[in-house]
Amino acid sequence: MDLAKHWRQKATRYRLEGQRHRVTGAVRFPAQPGMPGEDPDVWEPFVFSGQGEIYSFTVLRQAATGFAQIGPYPVALVKLVEGPLVSAQLTDCAEADLAIGLPVEMVTRRLKDMGADGVLVYGYKFRPILR
Amino acid sequence: MHNVFIIGTGTTPVAEHYMRTLTDLALEAFGAALQEVAPTVTPSDIGALYVANALGESLAGQSQLGALLATATGLVGIEAIRVEAAGASGGVALRQAAMAIMAGVHDLVAVIGVEKVTDKLDPEVEAGLALAIDSDFEAEQGFTMTAQWALLMRRYMHEYGYAADAFAPFPVNAHTNAVSNPGAMYRFAINADKYRKAGQVASPLNMLDCSSLADGAAVLLLASERRVREWGVPAIRIAASALATDTLALHARRDLLWFAAVQQSATTALGQANLTHTDIDVLELTDPHGIAAALALEASGFVERGTAPRHAADGGITPTGATPLATGGGYKARGDTGGASGVYQVVELVRQLRGTAGAAQVKDAQVAFAQCLGGVGATAVTHILVNAER
Repeated sequence: MDLAKHWRQKATRYRLEGQRHRVTGAVRFPAQPGMPGEDPDVWEPFVFSGQGEIYSFTVLRQAATGFAQIGPYPVALVKLVEGPLVSAQLTDCAEADLAIGLPVEMVTRRLKDMGADGVLVYGYKFRPILR
Repeated sequence: MHNVFIIGTGTTPVAEHYMRTLTDLALEAFGAALQEVAPTVTPSDIGALYVANALGESLAGQSQLGALLATATGLVGIEAIRVEAAGASGGVALRQAAMAIMAGVHDLVAVIGVEKVTDKLDPEVEAGLALAIDSDFEAEQGFTMTAQWALLMRRYMHEYGYAADAFAPFPVNAHTNAVSNPGAMYRFAINADKYRKAGQVASPLNMLDCSSLADGAAVLLLASERRVREWGVPAIRIAASALATDTLALHARRDLLWFAAVQQSATTALGQANLTHTDIDVLELTDPHGIAAALALEASGFVERGTAPRHAADGGITPTGATPLATGGGYKARGDTGGASGVYQVVELVRQLRGTAGAAQVKDAQVAFAQCLGGVGATAVTHILVNAER
């Protein structure tokens, strides 16, 4: 069921929470454990705006278990306005709409369906910004 | 440190071996390798067994392959371990085996690369391969290995101004070379026109730019200099062996189109062998897609950044080019055997250095460069092989 595996990522998946360095202001996503020798409190939680643009994208026609029923589906590397890259699915768009540089925003969607007895995994996807 | 030599090689054809088990495949390749050195060398001379395998648990339903294959090969009781580093398993196992000889712990060891993947349907295979990328932040988002390569290809096209069909020369060369390799999976030629018309798998990657995962086993017998002299067997020397690592996740890298681990591993290997790029006569790279070969050629230092597709279009990767690549068909046409691929690569290069590579023989090949990657360049292992007489 992987219940804990998904639950412990809830801040990351639902709020796009990463980390900011208290001294340098550098931001990173997702959160990472501190390095050996690093001040354990130097990285503080930081919620990203969810705004960004497509850095690269593809439309997958051969999916892994858990995703086969939703394919073909687009995935992208999204460059957040704060800097980091995020690996995420795109949604609410057609393949012809997609281009490198297209502005996108984070939305919460169902990521994965593991069947009748499995957990429903929700998390971030990105869609073209509505105008 | 002691020198290390390759004295025997064996392979099964790469194919969908539906009627054969993982053990069957390993035994066939092991028997073929022993045949090359019999009767001078016998199985009882083997001190240890290194099994290269990436997907045993997820696709073959079997772990502890060291003990499994030690008993199956009749080497009962021998030291045996399985090495896993995703697609780089073969190169990493070879390095571990070579280090056992360098250290003087063993005088003869066997490396068995084996992968059994065709018992599972495509979604399970994709999920198995995706174990090599970041679990929480790539695989759980629906990303696959093919998706990662497609993202790199699209970005590469954007940054350097190429159309997708600029990558056609890579699979065209691989298929052309595979025609004369009896152990290759796809022994037919393709051309740029067919490439342009092929259906999309993960845009911009199409069907003719994606390797197929298949079953197979490849074996190397490695020996110390002392034993090679004693036995008087023909030998290929391992002149360099270097491994480097990078992040599993693409999004965690500063420069997506530069494989830092590849650069580090290639530079270290060339330094160990005291050779330069122009000394290399023939190469094997992890080339399931044209973009993979392109990025590896660039980060290894054979061509400048952004120029690999032009280099390939100019004939640079054919058997008569400056960097002959995939002479046995590469991952694309020989077939991708997962963790065994790194061992198949070295068997192909040994054929080249022995001058027995048939129609795809590189004239007077003396120095060969084998590099295999785990994930999308997260593990990079480079070996340099030279004719022992050199």
